[in-house]
Amino acid sequence: MGLTFQSTQSCSLADIFQIDKKEQQNVIALAGNPNTGKSTVFNVLTGLHQHTGNWPGKTVVNASGKYKYNGSDNILVDLPGTYSLFASSAEEEVARDFICFGNSDAVIIVCDATCLERNLNLVFQVMELTDKVVLCINLIDEARKKNIQIDAKGIEKELGIPVVLCAARNGTGIRELKETVNKVAAGVMKPKPNTVLYDNNIEDRINSIKPVMEEYGRGINSRWLALRVMDGDKKLLESIFSNINPEVFKETFHTVRASEVQADKMNIRDEITKQLYKKAEEITDKYVKKDVSKSDRDRKIDNYITSGIFGIPLMLLVLAFIFWVTVSGANIPSSMIAGLLFRLEDKLTLLSNNLNAPGWLHGILILGLFRTMAWVISVMLPPMAIFFPLFTILEDLGYLPRVAFNLDHLFKKACAHGKQCLTMCMGFGCNAAGIVSCRIIESPRERMIAILTNNFVPCNGRFPTLIAVSSIFLAAKAGTGFGILPALSVTGLVIIGIAVTLLVSYGLSKTLLKGIPSTFTLELPPYRIPQIGRVLYTSIIDRTMFVLWRAVIVAAPAGIITWILANIYIGDLSIIGHTATILNPFAKLIGLDGYILTAFLLGLPANEIVLPILLMSYLSTGTMIEFESMESLRSILLEHGWTHLTALNVMLFCLLHWPCATTLLTIKKETGSIKWTALAAVIPTGIAIAVCFITSIIFRISGRA
Amino acid sequence: MLKLDDVSVGKNVTVNDLSSTELLRERMLALGLTKGARIEVIRKGPSGDPTVYNIRGAMIALRKEEASLVSVVPF
Repeated sequence: MGLTFQSTQSCSLADIFQIDKKEQQNVIALAGNPNTGKSTVFNVLTGLHQHTGNWPGKTVVNASGKYKYNGSDNILVDLPGTYSLFASSAEEEVARDFICFGNSDAVIIVCDATCLERNLNLVFQVMELTDKVVLCINLIDEARKKNIQIDAKGIEKELGIPVVLCAARNGTGIRELKETVNKVAAGVMKPKPNTVLYDNNIEDRINSIKPVMEEYGRGINSRWLALRVMDGDKKLLESIFSNINPEVFKETFHTVRASEVQADKMNIRDEITKQLYKKAEEITDKYVKKDVSKSDRDRKIDNYITSGIFGIPLMLLVLAFIFWVTVSGANIPSSMIAGLLFRLEDKLTLLSNNLNAPGWLHGILILGLFRTMAWVISVMLPPMAIFFPLFTILEDLGYLPRVAFNLDHLFKKACAHGKQCLTMCMGFGCNAAGIVSCRIIESPRERMIAILTNNFVPCNGRFPTLIAVSSIFLAAKAGTGFGILPALSVTGLVIIGIAVTLLVSYGLSKTLLKGIPSTFTLELPPYRIPQIGRVLYTSIIDRTMFVLWRAVIVAAPAGIITWILANIYIGDLSIIGHTATILNPFAKLIGLDGYILTAFLLGLPANEIVLPILLMSYLSTGTMIEFESMESLRSILLEHGWTHLTALNVMLFCLLHWPCATTLLTIKKETGSIKWTALAAVIPTGIAIAVCFITSIIFRISGRA
Repeated sequence: MLKLDDVSVGKNVTVNDLSSTELLRERMLALGLTKGARIEVIRKGPSGDPTVYNIRGAMIALRKEEASLVSVVPF
């Protein structure tokens, strides 16, 4: 996926990264390391007027927003958080290409005041690309608490670019930042970056290549381009120099390369980075004063959070608490939304009767489309609106990376990344959101593993099915609510899901994903107090609404199709009835029946409608219905021949079967590959069938079926 | 040659050389594991792996496999 040679050749990079702007509007890029509070700076500058999406053809978030200051209109583009611009990941590539090809009028680099040395590496790299740089040293409040003193004036003099000290959280320094950015964008202030000088060997070669770069480099900084020719970023160079006649291109680069035989890419990169960091070290030694005794608060907290004794129990408690709040808190709003939407359905029915609409139209639009959507929204929305903000709070607090750290040894045994446990947790909310969250795993192989196995944690669309079926068949007395035995069995199913995840992860990394590169580095950011406003905004807009919208567009047509299939009769059976009859022999083999399998197939768009479809087919009502009580559901299922084996296998199949359509679409988007999407459906389906087949054989042999 | 994964908690070392390649090498360099960089071993995870290091003021966890690719000398 991503940019093919074809698309880059015609210099489409410039098209992708050009931001539409009116005259007198400034484009400002916001760059920085991860965990520097960059998004807080972004939010403080733009307010809530932002637009998020993906960079074309990339699974990298593209957020932009507008702000006005002193009569000038600014478009702020939030670049992905990166440690470097050497384009070793999709994020780094986007950040670099935007600074290269985006028509930005200024670049703000956000740094963490408590970790300046590491952050300066990126600052130097950006300074090599453009002069219009403003350094924003953020989290200055946190630094003061840790007794870190920063001499901004000194750093400004040393770097040759304006430096602003900020604490974006409480607005400190934001006015000054806006003022400085305006001046730089307008050309009133002209920064003169003191870029790092490398040793003579490298500098000589830079100077020998520079003239060619000046001639053909499309206005991109020639010193920077010369460095890239030397450390060999082929893809970038080909796209920049695509306007040169290919023969001349080849020749030019051949001569340039031939003149530096001894220079292999690895050594040059090492040398460049070493020099950049050396300079960063010098500057921080000179201008940052630290009182070490006060800076170990995080370590004290970590003594508990990541300790061998407390770490894992604490984590289980926190997660259990979040799930409990989500499940118990979602019931009331769920039934309220359901009540509201179903009352609206009655009104719509009345309206269509008054308009004398034909029965089939009423069926398709109201009993099919509307009812399915109402179902999906009322089941999905409340738990997600509770779960995602809670999860985001843990994320902002800095707790989640510690969870990944604590559990990494388990995931390592399965050849997976510790962060996969976070994507799995997200999967409990919604598998599609879980798959998007796999972006936090930088290592390509482990990211793919996490994407392909996310489906084995049951999402909140499948939990109701698991809970209903286990309550009916395991509660001592039906109708007594959710007892201890069903709770245990649902927990057992979750554990089976996790076990399958780990097994499949192991299998994938030893077979299909063998050879795909893998790295493990995990930053544990300082603990920070989350900002509730931002948490609510990002989790509601970015996660909840995103997932809900996708679910609705998939579920709406599915509602229509299901209604049609249930209401068109051939002979004395509906199409669903016929399908069930055809599937029955195979379904029986794996301990289910034809109707159950049909319901799972029709439930592809959204798992929450599986049980309603099943009841509709069993009772031949033609529209989806909710069961009135556990007792009535129990008797319907028993009448249709359900045994303990059927119940067990329905739960297992529900846990292990193919992902829903929303999830599959998301996998397609994230991997950009039909092949991986197909595998993401085939692997779980195969496992579900195999497991159900085995359990039914065991039941038969032991004479219990 | 001393490897980073052999260094015990609380000790300080400096980087001598990296034997990682490609993506991992790029990442290690980006995080500041350049020759001469000082590293403090902060703590080990609940089961002894991964280990948290202080690399240029940031807390970075590396697995044993990754840390063994960093050769170091005592500070």
